[in-house]
Amino acid sequence: MITVTLVAVLVCMALLVARAISGTSVFERVLAINSFGTKTVLLIALHGFLTGRPDFLDLALVYALMNFVGTIAVLRFTSYGQLVAFGSRRTDGTEPMPPARPTGDATG
Amino acid sequence: MTELLELVGGVLLGAGAVVVVFGGVLILRMPTFYSRVHAASVNETLAPLLILLGLACFADGRFDVLVRLGLILMFLLLTSPMSSHALAKAAYRGGLPTGQYREQQRREREGRGHSEPSEEPDA
Amino acid sequence: MTLDVLAVVLMLFLLVTAWGVLRLRDLFSAAMLLGMFSLVSAALFTIFDAVDVAFTEASVGAGISTILMLATLGLTTERETSCPAWRPVPLLAVLVTGGLLIYGTLDMPSFGDPQSPVHTYLGARYLEEEPKEIGVPNVVTAVLASYRGYDTLGEATVVFAAAIGVLLLLSDRREERDRSSARALKDHLARDDARHAPAMKNRILRVSARPMIPSILLFGLYVQFHGDYGPGGGFQAGVIMAAGVVLFALVFGLERTRRTFSANLLEAMIALGVLLYGSVGVWSMLAGGNFLDYDVLLHDPKHGQHLGIVLVELGVGITVTAVMIALFLLFAARGLDDAKGDLHLENGAS
Repeated sequence: MITVTLVAVLVCMALLVARAISGTSVFERVLAINSFGTKTVLLIALHGFLTGRPDFLDLALVYALMNFVGTIAVLRFTSYGQLVAFGSRRTDGTEPMPPARPTGDATG
Repeated sequence: MTELLELVGGVLLGAGAVVVVFGGVLILRMPTFYSRVHAASVNETLAPLLILLGLACFADGRFDVLVRLGLILMFLLLTSPMSSHALAKAAYRGGLPTGQYREQQRREREGRGHSEPSEEPDA
Repeated sequence: MTLDVLAVVLMLFLLVTAWGVLRLRDLFSAAMLLGMFSLVSAALFTIFDAVDVAFTEASVGAGISTILMLATLGLTTERETSCPAWRPVPLLAVLVTGGLLIYGTLDMPSFGDPQSPVHTYLGARYLEEEPKEIGVPNVVTAVLASYRGYDTLGEATVVFAAAIGVLLLLSDRREERDRSSARALKDHLARDDARHAPAMKNRILRVSARPMIPSILLFGLYVQFHGDYGPGGGFQAGVIMAAGVVLFALVFGLERTRRTFSANLLEAMIALGVLLYGSVGVWSMLAGGNFLDYDVLLHDPKHGQHLGIVLVELGVGITVTAVMIALFLLFAARGLDDAKGDLHLENGAS
């Protein structure tokens, strides 16, 4: 059963790779890559059990933590506006991106 | 007892496998970005839950393994919804249109992707 | 069998991801795809039983280096400039270099060759003698920190030297000593944090990141001191702890992070780690042994080895942590400098 689940995770990873490469915007790719990271965690955990050495779960833990920090970093830098969110920027660079609109969720 | 545990583990792993595959297909095939975020966040919480719980049934009650599985599960359950939320929010703030399905289809057919945020989301 | 298939599939992922990185003109996405590349290669390392390498790859490749790349892209541009399709000189240079490298590998023993020097005496020697000489369960740590202590000292020094180079190029110490401009920078950081980072205003993110940060730091300490028993060690632990601090900076702002990790503190930590490493070597010389010969540190050679390994790894961990935090803060603050003009302009207008 572990093998079956491993194969399922691999299939899902393949689909996510396709999404990450064919995505039309940065956010699509972040979505796919973040999801891919979670699947890697599962892959490592399953692999550890398949080979009978679940001691290496520490690794999966590292993946989970790093994946999260990476995703937040991507989002933080996207909201800087220097890294433009939409597909393309004006080539002459004359028009900077509008700053992120503040909305009502500020804690104040 | 062990057989029962392994049976439960097998069922959980099988369910996890189904969720993972469907999640992957949906992330690839759902029509709009926000619906894909939804698919991904369901996938990212349910799949680790099922698979890691399933693996815990195969841990032979080894304490260190169970603790690590629990930690991984805790971190994933804490972080995945947060990343999905932050992602959707950043996309919304970044001006990714929340337009209707047909609208987005047209946009993608015309090859413009999301490059022109013609309709501003009303905040 | 299953594992072979797994390895092949993961290598296919590597190929596809690399192709995607090459194809994308959007550098931002390319950086993220590189992070994914690192994740896949780390998974491959795990399957090949190189767990310590996988640990390093996961924490450095997928974590910190992606973040640093993103921060750097903030300073430059996020689009790759298109170049003319046919440029013979670079192509020639690449072909010649690649050819030479491939030619160089021909002298190496073939993959998995049982007659190669590594398999004939070196690996066996380490595996057989390590329990008697050092007695640390993770042989990789024993090899890195004790048998090959010189190499690791060299690596730590390289990290140290690289950090000094970056600090010289990027840091604004003179400006910072000037009281008024320091305040200006601080104000600027705070204002920029407030303006540009909706992430920090996001209550959900703040509330749920708060328990994550100490957990990451604690896990880093675990990796640091558990390196003798399982995968891990100073390098990985340093990077993980730095990632915790980076997360803090991302969610709670650069200004608060700067307040805790001032430039002085970071520079002191960078030097302290390497100093600790070297001091262990000097101590062992004073105790009558060779440089970095931990046998003489304590009455019992094994205890001496354990102590030496822990201290040396601690030194590496301190240096790496400080270097990574310093790099991130420098790059992130540098990105703000460029935006200064815009900010002032805007304030003037309003």
